[in-house]
Amino acid sequence: MSDLSGLYQELILDHSKRRVGDGALADPQASHHELNPTCGDEITLGIRLDASGTTVEALGWEGDGCSISMASASALTELVVGSDTSHVRELIDGFRAMLRSQGAGEPDEDLLGDAIAFHGVSKYVMRVKCAMLSWVALEACLVEAGAGATTAARATDASASTPSQEA
Amino acid sequence: MNPDPQTQTRQPQPLDLASIRSDFPYLAQELNGFPLAYLDSGATAQRPVQVLDAERAFLAHANAAVHRGASTLVGTSTTAFEGARATVAAFVGAGEREIVWAENATDAINIVALGMADAAAGLGGPEADVFRLGVGDEIVVTEAEHHADLIPWQRLAAKTGATLRFVAVHDDGTWNADDAASVIGPKTRLVAFAHVSNVTGHIAPVTDVVELAHRHGALVLLDACQSVPHRPTDFAALGVDFAAFSAHKMLGPNGIGVLYGREHLLDALPPARTGGSTITTVTMESAQFLPSPQRFEAGTQPVSQAVALAEAVRYLERLDMRRVHEHEVELAALLVDEVSRIPGIRLVGSGAGVERGALASVDVPGVHAHDVGQFLDSRGIAVRVGHHCAQPLHRRLGLRATTRASAYVYTTADEVRRFTAALAEVRAFFGADA
Repeated sequence: MSDLSGLYQELILDHSKRRVGDGALADPQASHHELNPTCGDEITLGIRLDASGTTVEALGWEGDGCSISMASASALTELVVGSDTSHVRELIDGFRAMLRSQGAGEPDEDLLGDAIAFHGVSKYVMRVKCAMLSWVALEACLVEAGAGATTAARATDASASTPSQEA
Repeated sequence: MNPDPQTQTRQPQPLDLASIRSDFPYLAQELNGFPLAYLDSGATAQRPVQVLDAERAFLAHANAAVHRGASTLVGTSTTAFEGARATVAAFVGAGEREIVWAENATDAINIVALGMADAAAGLGGPEADVFRLGVGDEIVVTEAEHHADLIPWQRLAAKTGATLRFVAVHDDGTWNADDAASVIGPKTRLVAFAHVSNVTGHIAPVTDVVELAHRHGALVLLDACQSVPHRPTDFAALGVDFAAFSAHKMLGPNGIGVLYGREHLLDALPPARTGGSTITTVTMESAQFLPSPQRFEAGTQPVSQAVALAEAVRYLERLDMRRVHEHEVELAALLVDEVSRIPGIRLVGSGAGVERGALASVDVPGVHAHDVGQFLDSRGIAVRVGHHCAQPLHRRLGLRATTRASAYVYTTADEVRRFTAALAEVRAFFGADA
């Protein structure tokens, strides 16, 4: 059971219920739908940037999925709203690197903050996609809003439809 | 030494589970510190050493280019390959020419759907008329179908202009002969449905539907993936025109499935995949095709897999499929009974008192199936989570995903009870009661 509590940290279970950012954003500047076809989990995430186009002013999402995917979207919202887009791109890269670590190494708490709670997910290859769902949607939104691509960004939204891609 | 005639009608003796389990090295392992309880045989079954050894022995001593050339070695491998076909044919009440090797059951269904599309496109002679669909014709499936028995028919309808119609399921996901009768009619040309549902365990009224479909001149294709491994199945007695099943769900290997078809239909169905070893005479302009099964078996075939599948069939025959069925009837009843006792858990499908396949799909309100499965995994219990390749059925039931436990010859009552005991703890762990 110790393994299971390593996966389902209090912070994750808490976020899965609080769901910060839950609700569609009115007038999103960019919005993106991601689907995990193996389980049907899905999320539509929208963002709005400030007038200068450099800060995420607002973010909202509507989703249906497991506790990991919903908690991840919630934690993402807390980290991203009010942040500079270049920092957001770093966050996405850092989060992805942590989830690809298969449990190795220490996550960068200075960068990822509460999101380090998802480090345990990286040991469960079949759950990595759950945690990445909202982050992949956010990544696509940044590109659509003209706020630049992450180092690992892909041209399409195919991430969730290729099981091994985030593993 | 003559057997007492009466003993043949008595209830079969129960399976010797300790002996059976000793044949499956996979089952002896631990999962997350617990003895593994493998309750995912509906997705893929484990293989006994006899099957693993048979495939290795064939590859080590008897492998050669089946149906190609004339050497002694080819004779040995071809005899083993065709002998496997005979073994599988006898197991399901079929003739040898009625058994076509496919990649898997999905592929087997596609051989029929693609062949019918070819017929509609003008391939095949007048004997293929029975397969030629067009505008005004109807294909009937149920709302409970696995995607493998739905999407090929969607594509066939799109290619031919035929209409795809659906037998509606009840709120528990089941359907009956009356439901089928309200959809099947004079326009129906093909009816396709699962013998046993991979989500609800519902057992279809096969002979009623066959009678109804044939009365209207329609063909019947049976998805037998969840029946052939689990109960005595005789396609000739059922009267279906086509059927499909997979080796890996019946103690056999991946990479091979079976298409059953009545001989005269297979001989008339245009082969969707063509190439070497399917032909009689080839000119630069055209080709003449062999009768079934060779007309469908283009290119090199899964030979060692066929040999291993035959060994799996022999293993099941030694157990006696009547005993396998009895064992699973008991486990299904136990599953339904135990799950029904857990407050707040929704069991999909019929309740107690109705026979079902030995599987149970459940919804835990407030907890996603992935999380349910993860909790069970931490207790050493392997189940399937998701939509089980039946999105339309889940949508119809108001669900996105469920957690499914499925049993087989090696499954014990104790494993079923471990599943239900852990299931009873899930909502508290995730705070779903709060």
